[in-house]
Amino acid sequence: MDVFNAIVQTLDSTIRLSVPLLLACLAGLYSERAGIFDIGLEGKMLVGAFAGAAAASVFHSAFLGLGMAILISVAFAMVHGFASITHRGNQIVSGVAINFVAAGSTIILGQAWFQQGGRTPALQPGERFEAITLPGADAIHDVPIIGPIYAELLSGHSILVYLAFLMVPFTWWVLFRTRFGLRLRAVGENPAAVDTAGISVAWLRYRALICTGVLTGIAGAYLSMVQNGGFVKDMTAGKGYIALAALIFAKWKPVNAMFACLLFGFLDAAAIRLQGSPLPIIGKVPVQFMQALPYILTVILLAGFIGKAIPPRAGGVPYVKER
Amino acid sequence: MAQAAIELIGINKSFGAVRANRDINLEIARGTIHGIVGENGAGKSTLMSILYGFYQADSGEIRVGGQPASIKTPNDAIALGIGMVHQHFMLVDNFSVLENIILGAESDALLKRSIAKARSELERLEREYGLEVDPDAIIEELPVGLQQRVEILKALYRGAEILILDEPTGVLTPAEADHLFRILRQLKEQGKTVVLITHKLREIMAITDTVSVMRQGTMVATRETKKTTVEELAELMVGRRVLLRVEKGEADAGAVKLAVKNLTVKDTRGVTMVDDISFEIRAGEIVGIAGVAGNGQSELLEAISGIRHAVSGSVMLDGKPIDLTGAADPGELRDRGLAHVPEDRHHVGLVLAFEENENSILGYHDDPRYLKGPFLNIDAIRNDAKDKIAKYDVRPADCRLKTANFSGGNQQKIVLAREMEQDPGVLIVGQPTRGVDVGAIEFIHKRLIAMRDQGKAVLVVSVELDEIRSLSDRILVMFAGRIVGERGPEATEGELGLLMAGVEHQEAAQ
Repeated sequence: MDVFNAIVQTLDSTIRLSVPLLLACLAGLYSERAGIFDIGLEGKMLVGAFAGAAAASVFHSAFLGLGMAILISVAFAMVHGFASITHRGNQIVSGVAINFVAAGSTIILGQAWFQQGGRTPALQPGERFEAITLPGADAIHDVPIIGPIYAELLSGHSILVYLAFLMVPFTWWVLFRTRFGLRLRAVGENPAAVDTAGISVAWLRYRALICTGVLTGIAGAYLSMVQNGGFVKDMTAGKGYIALAALIFAKWKPVNAMFACLLFGFLDAAAIRLQGSPLPIIGKVPVQFMQALPYILTVILLAGFIGKAIPPRAGGVPYVKER
Repeated sequence: MAQAAIELIGINKSFGAVRANRDINLEIARGTIHGIVGENGAGKSTLMSILYGFYQADSGEIRVGGQPASIKTPNDAIALGIGMVHQHFMLVDNFSVLENIILGAESDALLKRSIAKARSELERLEREYGLEVDPDAIIEELPVGLQQRVEILKALYRGAEILILDEPTGVLTPAEADHLFRILRQLKEQGKTVVLITHKLREIMAITDTVSVMRQGTMVATRETKKTTVEELAELMVGRRVLLRVEKGEADAGAVKLAVKNLTVKDTRGVTMVDDISFEIRAGEIVGIAGVAGNGQSELLEAISGIRHAVSGSVMLDGKPIDLTGAADPGELRDRGLAHVPEDRHHVGLVLAFEENENSILGYHDDPRYLKGPFLNIDAIRNDAKDKIAKYDVRPADCRLKTANFSGGNQQKIVLAREMEQDPGVLIVGQPTRGVDVGAIEFIHKRLIAMRDQGKAVLVVSVELDEIRSLSDRILVMFAGRIVGERGPEATEGELGLLMAGVEHQEAAQ
């Protein structure tokens, strides 16, 4: 039974750890499917995390915090759009710039406003998103097998966790079942076809980036308002890049993205779980190795285990009308 | 005369200092097929882009069906019943036919209903115009002829009454082109108006009712097709008399210069592209290889010029073998007298960001003529470039100009000048006149024949049948990686077309 509990607990933290990856990955999916590479997912998550925690702490409202996280993150996405859509700048450079601005500005503003070394004040109850207990979770908690799975694994998460997983079928539906999705996929493959069909390439790409901004905003809010009780500098810690790796691993498909993010989340959870405890045969593994494992696996997976990943054909190329 | 579908009055359009269209007046009658011919850069495409709302005219008026029309975006054009089939298809390759057809013309925010509506509408269009295509096929899996049909269906689905086709036959086999013409005639019978932009005069004569000629941004003449000739149109286009078929004497073939034996080449995916090919080229003859693009000609050229690895077989240059491992030293091959004008001048033949004079010695930069000790002799290089520019009539005559700023035809002349002026024993030319104007074609053909008459062995690979027939002393036809026939220059177009389509080949196999 101990083993079973350990497994349930590991899977539970897998879910918690994969949520920010999943939101960022879906965010990247919208922009890359529309032909805009977005290496700035990391920065947008970071400003989202900061804005969310700061606003929640000042206005004492979790939902106001979430709203501010989304707003600021979308604003950064629009900067990326202005540079790379309107002015046809290099998308990688623009994305990297956003990451730098995000890393620097959150610390400076945090210090200026809260004087806590770049942190935001610890969030109080009501300023954070609390865990939701699903109906009947307490009642069946003691039922063997099903009880812990329902009560621990499925119940007891914040609303943002459920939202993140609901975004998977929703994103799939938007991409493959709506007019907006058809046009979004088309503009990432052949913007000239979209242009000659009488649709504005720029406006379509801006809308895709708004979707990206909204999702990275939620991802950031999750980090500072659910996983952590406040903003800490550089708290995204490369999750934006892991999300990009997951996106390639998932071949730009929403359901695949969910599984890719769960896998990366699981590695993270396993690394935490196995820290310090000896493994059979191998013996004790250094903590640093366990922490590096998800990143090592990312490199290995991307280097060859996923087969050919074909990115959207117009990805990274600014659209210039030419005849 | 029937009522005008489109009237263009005094259209002007400039791009910076270049006046692409000057005072264009044009009237296109309803229910006719109207051809517009002109050299590259004559302003045909610009004019049609103005009509389709891609560009705005600086001044002038457009009337559609007698009413003044303001066309600011392609949407406006579509609403006025104008449809366009672009030279480079505007299709999303990994979408289905139906998805491409509804893109931008969806009836609903949800795809399901849009697709259902398009499916039934497509069936009606297929019945009416004989435009059959599988609505669920993925575009990239369709041959180009069918992709083009999807483009036409796209325009008709949007209710086009006026259909503009920009260089529609450039990518088609002769059989596919004939099929396209049948479709266009059928559209005309149904009362649609067709505008055909091309630089192929033969097509104009075959299908149009009226033809307008553009030259250097102006509309120089409009003729009834029945009352004009190819010669007159060519003269109007170029502004001087043009020889459409260059005169040449009998070939005086000498010793074997290049011998290809049992050559087999695979592409990167492992698909056999050149399948056990053997042929010889003798001094003083031009051998032409005809075929629809993608039947192994490119791979054959690359293998012979030492760029691509060949799986088996041999190539002998003057009796000595060429390294076919793909690691051949191109410099050594040049020293042995093999010159190569690659098919794709942009990616292989030129560095577009270089000045003209730098490109004109590319690959020959180790030649002592261009060196002063370990350094390049800039004066010698520029003088040499100026000589070539004068001899090959490269325009503008500026050896310091960035190569990207020359037109396609002049870029081609730069490559040809570089390779021909090295006086090679064997010249291999891929698509000698791709994207080149009538006037420059005449010049290039004359130079190639002059090379032959000097006793050089020339191999020409072209997808243009007219070119192959006009240049070659012997014609080899390639289909699916094999040589499926050899004919003399007197072979008819129909005969070669059938070979190119693999018809005899398939019959023989059955």
